[in-house]
Amino acid sequence: MNNHLIIAPIVTPLLVAALQLLVGEKRRRMVLALSIASCVALVLLAAALMLAVSGDGAPAAVYRLGDWPARFGIVLVADRLSALMVLLTGVLALALLPYALGRWQHRGGHFQPLLQFLLMGLNGAFLTGDLFNLFVFFEVLLAASYGLALHGSGARRVSAGLHYIAVNLTASMLFLLGVSLIFGVTGTLNMAALAELIPHVPERTRALLHAGAALLGVAFLIKTAMWPLGFWLPRTYAAASPAVAAMFALMTKVGIYVLLRLGLLLFGAGAGPASAHFGSGWMLWGGAATVAAGVVGMLGARDLAKLAGYNVVISSGTLLGAIGLQQPAVTAGALAYLVISTLAIAAFFLVVGLLASDGDDETDDSLSLEPYEQPGETAANESLYAQEDERPVVIPAPIAMLGVSFSACALLLAGLPPLSGFLAKFALLAPMLDGGARSGAGVLFALVVVAGFGTVIALCRAGIQIFWVEPERIFPKVHLVESASIAILLGLCLLLTVLVERPLRYLRDTAGQLHAPAGYVHAVLPPGEAAP
Amino acid sequence: MELVLAAAIGILAASGVWLLLRPRTFQVIIGLTLISYAVNLFIFSIGGLRTGADPVLQGAAGDLAQYADPLPQALVLTAIVIGFATTALFLVVLLASRGLTGNDHVDGEDGTP
Repeated sequence: MNNHLIIAPIVTPLLVAALQLLVGEKRRRMVLALSIASCVALVLLAAALMLAVSGDGAPAAVYRLGDWPARFGIVLVADRLSALMVLLTGVLALALLPYALGRWQHRGGHFQPLLQFLLMGLNGAFLTGDLFNLFVFFEVLLAASYGLALHGSGARRVSAGLHYIAVNLTASMLFLLGVSLIFGVTGTLNMAALAELIPHVPERTRALLHAGAALLGVAFLIKTAMWPLGFWLPRTYAAASPAVAAMFALMTKVGIYVLLRLGLLLFGAGAGPASAHFGSGWMLWGGAATVAAGVVGMLGARDLAKLAGYNVVISSGTLLGAIGLQQPAVTAGALAYLVISTLAIAAFFLVVGLLASDGDDETDDSLSLEPYEQPGETAANESLYAQEDERPVVIPAPIAMLGVSFSACALLLAGLPPLSGFLAKFALLAPMLDGGARSGAGVLFALVVVAGFGTVIALCRAGIQIFWVEPERIFPKVHLVESASIAILLGLCLLLTVLVERPLRYLRDTAGQLHAPAGYVHAVLPPGEAAP
Repeated sequence: MELVLAAAIGILAASGVWLLLRPRTFQVIIGLTLISYAVNLFIFSIGGLRTGADPVLQGAAGDLAQYADPLPQALVLTAIVIGFATTALFLVVLLASRGLTGNDHVDGEDGTP
């Protein structure tokens, strides 16, 4: 008996997007109502899914498409991690909708249907239990993301979009090569069946299997923007419209999700002596290098949107390194960090978008920052010190709102107390110092702390320049709906600061489940079913 | 036959990578197309090369050595369709970039003035 709840998060946005295309661009209210309904439904479905899998029963719920046995057909699998990611997707999309209403959705066609297709691809990638099906959902979400990255058009976006598409098409080719090599060796693409088969692969073909897995890994590392594969990211994210960039903050996490899932399912401790922990060293050191590159990039960034892009890179690097350690406690912390950093970066992109958009955008709607070293007495310094105590400063409400949001984002991104960014970073870093940690954990620990420090420097400097040095800078009017999005995202982070206990327990259980993949395998392939 | 196919995949992939690294957008798209041909041939070949074999087993229990694995063919079909669609999409972006920047360099600006 199939539980249709599992496929609902994929079918709902697909149907809604199709309906929106039929309704047409001109009936905006109806399109919007459909979008809101779909996002609300997604959040509710994800919550229901989460409740269904977090009980004491089976560790994973399985949906067999066409009711074919899992060895022959495609399966969708919902476990704690999938449910968490689907919920995060739904919440982020719902929070972004008001912002997109403000001005962005009218800058180009079909914003809402494309967003729904992106959600379908994301949910599908999180729920599928088959490698080739994962490829298909990846292409769905990438195709939608190409459209969204170009949303609003303009030379800067098209040029950045060109690079983004070329890089991702190449990555898709590597994905296909990896999948086909794995299929050639094992004869199956079902993830659970692969986990069963990998310890028994003959030594003769094991190298081929590892080559396939490595190619597959490179494809995902390109999407997560590991150094040196991630040079496309800051430019693309800076060029994309803010609502889209905020949604893209989740897209790098898809790569992280797949690496976490496959790394522990296929190459966990139970994969036999030759394959256990395959690739984890690469992830650890690659992640550390990514964090370092991200910090350097962030300190050198000359506009605010790029600065936000480098924050995505740092977040990816931290997560990659943490996954590479393959320890349950670190994984739990990494999941907490994933949720908080996604929400915080999304909010930061929205704040940056509000600060930068000066009415009609064309190529130049990025907010540029002054360089660090300024020759002699510069205008910025003069205006900082010259006009002291001259007139009372009245802070208009939009600037106050943006200032508070900006500093909240800075606290969250840098991981300073009292907000939840600190708790997440603490949950991530504390287990690294425990005894028995792998070599390299110390390096990653130090780099993550340095990255937090670098974030503080870069964001303080940006904040001072924007809010204090240039009070004459004309800010655009902030619509109430646009600030609602930021308020929702930051409010969620605040809520997670207060209610930290239950989410953390859920994440610990999730990590425990990921590190014991036998439950997942048995749920997909019941032991009674004979192997063909 | 294996040698010919392997050489074909290798030559296609090598030419594709070379073109992908060139500075003109048209060369990049041709490069991507060649790489996708190479990848499609590669997927096709992982089922093993057999001439004139049936895609399904004959009789109650056929001989596995005489049977052409249909799954890679299904995979390659999907990959062709998706690759075709994304290439078409890339072509549109390429034309938009040509229209907006006035030249066909991948960075939107020519090094030589």
